[in-house]
Amino acid sequence: MYPIPIIAEALINGLMLGAVYALVAVGLTLIYGVLHIVNFAHGAFLTLSMFGIWLLWEHAGLDPYLSILMLTPIMFGLGYGVQRFIIGPAGHGRDNSILLVTLGISIVIENGLLVVFKSDTRTIATDYGFRVIEIGPLLLSWPRAVGFVATMATAVIVWLILNRTDVGKAIRAVAKEKLGARLVGIDVNHIYAMTFALGSVCLAVAAGLLMPVFYVNPQTGGAFVLVAFTIVVLGGMGSVTGALLGGLLIGVVEAASSLFLGDSLGQLGIFVLFILVLLFKPTGLFGARI
Amino acid sequence: MSARDLFPILPVLLVLAVLPFLGLSGSLLNLLIFMMIVALAAQGWNVLGGYGGLASFGHAAFFGTGAYAAAILQTRYGVNAWAALVAGVALGSLVGAFIGFLTFRSGLKGSYFALITLAFAEVLRIIANSSEITGGGAGIVVPIDYGFENLQVRDRRFFVLLAVICVGVGLVITRWLDRSKFGAYLIAIRENEDAARALGVNVMNVKLGAITLSAALTALAGVLYTQNFLFLDANVAYGPWISIEALFAAIVGGLGTMFGPLIGAVVLLGAGEITKEFSGGIPGFDLLVFGVILIITVAFAPNGLAGISLKGFRRKAGGDAARRSRDGGADA
Repeated sequence: MYPIPIIAEALINGLMLGAVYALVAVGLTLIYGVLHIVNFAHGAFLTLSMFGIWLLWEHAGLDPYLSILMLTPIMFGLGYGVQRFIIGPAGHGRDNSILLVTLGISIVIENGLLVVFKSDTRTIATDYGFRVIEIGPLLLSWPRAVGFVATMATAVIVWLILNRTDVGKAIRAVAKEKLGARLVGIDVNHIYAMTFALGSVCLAVAAGLLMPVFYVNPQTGGAFVLVAFTIVVLGGMGSVTGALLGGLLIGVVEAASSLFLGDSLGQLGIFVLFILVLLFKPTGLFGARI
Repeated sequence: MSARDLFPILPVLLVLAVLPFLGLSGSLLNLLIFMMIVALAAQGWNVLGGYGGLASFGHAAFFGTGAYAAAILQTRYGVNAWAALVAGVALGSLVGAFIGFLTFRSGLKGSYFALITLAFAEVLRIIANSSEITGGGAGIVVPIDYGFENLQVRDRRFFVLLAVICVGVGLVITRWLDRSKFGAYLIAIRENEDAARALGVNVMNVKLGAITLSAALTALAGVLYTQNFLFLDANVAYGPWISIEALFAAIVGGLGTMFGPLIGAVVLLGAGEITKEFSGGIPGFDLLVFGVILIITVAFAPNGLAGISLKGFRRKAGGDAARRSRDGGADA
């Protein structure tokens, strides 16, 4: 058995990594909740953002946290364009077709990155990457703590956008009743694209928070996509609060199963949880709508 | 199903069977074998995804089970290769029935079904990558021992023949779906599950049958892979590549059509090979092209290449034939 501080440390670090997972999942669940599509390209978009952060560090010497500001408008534009000009027209509004189009996009992005950057794994060596905060007997990773705080801040901003702006009101209207929203003059295709853009921006932020503690190669996003889906399903498809809570929970589950089962089997816990939730409680644990 | 229904299959199989004996180079023969293996996996995918409307992202679960079963039974238990083939197909279909039983019982469809099949394949991949019996990360090697009784042939041309026969089995099964009650039930469920149930179709049993049949064909592709390459590891057997290529070939070729998966596999792998030539073998470039082809297919030709040729036929033949081919799936 491990001593209590080690377990506590693993769980708290898991909680903090879970926060970044949650941010990825918030973007995914937002897109699902409004467009009712499963965006399989979400992981590839994350990889793309992480490469963006890496490029800005490598060639402009820009701090990853600052790069988030640069990357936000880029990912916003990209997300908007991809939904408006590719997924929307090519999917014909059919569930399976849309799923396949997003799968196609993820394959194009992943392999495009492979062509450009090869399969090498890249990291960013910041001087705060290994800094720790001491709280009593616990040693906590500083960049992960930053990730935790920034995630919560981003979640509040997303909440404010959804609840306090006209666009947010339109997004919620479209999510609830597409036809009614169109009847009162909301441009549904524009709102769809705006939602997709907002979901992609969450990834730009997540990428900036991840890069100081994580690595990137063209396959990185693939590892996150199933984790993010697990969180989304766990939290109830379309529920932003659910995604936030689900993300924290998954972070802890992963930390615990890595500690007790070892790294290679650590991911197994997540997939098994995913299968169990889908089979026995597909509405999720929290089940609330946005 | 009458003998006449099988008639269009014969010339295609004949061409494919004669092709390797026309003096193709070694690398072309290998490409042809690979096309047949992917076509077979795609035929399996098409049974469930094309006829049943259940798009799986995890057919690797069946492919890998077939492949591993063949390899492990031969190397660890000294089982004869042909018996291992039968066992591999049986185990693959068992995995299909198991996954089907769990997911259909919970009523999972559409995106949920795609995601859960992907998760099952990933679970199997992680387990295979770290367990003893599969050789873990190092993989498993089937020792070379050429001979008909070991299902290994030194002459590539005869392996092509074997693969073509298996694809022929896939074609006959798909034809049977077009012509049988079971196939009609399955298509009815795809079009409207509730209506099919109301009309007395046993939805659960038909879906279970479809996923079992689908898994069996894809597992057979896995066994062929093992016998051809004589090496396996978890990323080959259970990796996402085969799930994706099976799905690609079936969709690009034409969902729910008899020749679709075969056409799709030949066109996709052919296009992949050509781009590899032109790009000088940059890794990822061929898949990049696949992705673009997939998006374009879904956007402009949802019925795939077989659907495009069908459209031309419809225009020529006019109303009556058009109605028939639309109602009966797609068999021009």
